Amino acid sequence: MTARSPSARRMRTRSERVGRERLPLPALVLAVIAVAFFALPFIGLLWRAPWSTVHEVLGRESVRTALRLSLQTSLSAAAVAVVFGVPLAWMLARIDFPGRGFVRALCTLSMVLPPVVGGVALFASFGRRGLFGRYLDQWFDFRLPFTTTGVIVAQVFVSMPFLVLTVEAALRQMDRRHDDAARTLGASRWYVFSRVTLPTIRPALIAGIVLAWARALGEFGATITFAGNFPGETQTMPLATYLALETDPDEAIILALILITISFAVLVGLRDRWLGGSGSVTT
Amino acid sequence: MCSFAVLVLVSGACGSESDPETASSATGGEVVVFAAASLTDAFGEVGEAFMTANPDVEVTFSFAASSSLVAQILEGAPADVYASADRDNMAALADAGAGAGEPVVFANNLSEIIVAPGNPLGITDVGDLADPELVLVVCAPQVPCGTYATDIFDRAGADITPDSFETNVKAVVTKVTLGEADAGIVYATDVRAAGPAAAGVEIPDDLNVIAEYPMVTTNGASNPAGAQAFIDFTVGLTGQAILAEYGFTAP
Repeated sequence: MTARSPSARRMRTRSERVGRERLPLPALVLAVIAVAFFALPFIGLLWRAPWSTVHEVLGRESVRTALRLSLQTSLSAAAVAVVFGVPLAWMLARIDFPGRGFVRALCTLSMVLPPVVGGVALFASFGRRGLFGRYLDQWFDFRLPFTTTGVIVAQVFVSMPFLVLTVEAALRQMDRRHDDAARTLGASRWYVFSRVTLPTIRPALIAGIVLAWARALGEFGATITFAGNFPGETQTMPLATYLALETDPDEAIILALILITISFAVLVGLRDRWLGGSGSVTT
Repeated sequence: MCSFAVLVLVSGACGSESDPETASSATGGEVVVFAAASLTDAFGEVGEAFMTANPDVEVTFSFAASSSLVAQILEGAPADVYASADRDNMAALADAGAGAGEPVVFANNLSEIIVAPGNPLGITDVGDLADPELVLVVCAPQVPCGTYATDIFDRAGADITPDSFETNVKAVVTKVTLGEADAGIVYATDVRAAGPAAAGVEIPDDLNVIAEYPMVTTNGASNPAGAQAFIDFTVGLTGQAILAEYGFTAP
């Protein structure tokens, strides 16, 4: 709606300047090698893919079930990550409290945890015999392991840090004078947060959601440890892919390609649409 | 030349001698053994004993689901010996032309119900596993321990729905020993290996399926003489005694 605003025009001229920039040759060579490093494994998969059976595999009920479950759980995980992750990022960015660095490290620890260890840690806390899980079981007869909710918990555990870090960085970089101006004009804290702060950091927020969602979609280790593997309940696409590899590598490759196609489409689509509209420069 | 001999001949023409307990002086170097996850503890000790008897040889193990190991070998993983928990995966290896010679069955194993120590839920037979309140985990049908579990449930004629299909037998054990699952179907050897952390409920012979463990030298073995020596050692007196200690039965 505000495409003709001065700031939009300024953005465009800056983009054009970036577009004309030339990399020094050694940097360009290294960058191209980096691109090849990421591209080759996928080209390898495409080369290995048994194209004649794609249609048949796609039609299998088991594949559709796993795909549906994967989309359902990863979207739920991304939603949960937003609801809790944005306030967490806001707290880490804006509130100066003792032990902030410690809390930040704690909340992003799951990013570096070996995935299966993440699953064991979830057992130890939310499992039927876990520190808290035992009370969920005893008092409410509620269990997380081997349930779809357990899958979502595992996905949130490993994916939320991506959102928190992205949003926190944006909140730190944004010009706080807009917030302050709104406050002096009498806006409530909530109004400022939802009408001034959030719109300003929207690109970072979208990027964080996409990163968290993509991580949740590909989650394997914590899921198979904590939630188990049951078709329709806890068997997501990565789990189905891993098991297919045991008996039918062709099917595994097709499943992997489906997952890659979905993620890639979303990443490319969202980048062009939401993240600054820089498609004309990058491609 | 040596590897060619193993390729062509069925057994032992290369680096073998009358006493299978010690390899010939020609044997040395490293032997890489890819073995089913259920062999983890027993083969660890067999390997120790083998290296004591053959100080020039270094045995390295890679333990995973039999089917994963076949996939890895077919992708070019450097295995000298492949030991499977079933005949199907051994056949898959042979069909792909990756096995050298005829596989030797070196041990048998039976399935058992694994439960918490003291069997608090009083599970006595396979039929008890049909209780929907019970958290039951088994191996996925894609791995051998899962096909055995499926066969046992079929024979019992009970309507049993597990809560999870694990990727290997040790994952089933872990879930029971952590207390997250009430029961699982594993090998008798796994129950024994879990020690005081779990208890076993035997499955009667008419329902049970005997798991046969074959092993073979791989086609791409870089140390075929060492591989054959390890196989000879495993089927020999010492190897069999160690396997029996861990709950395997003689083939």
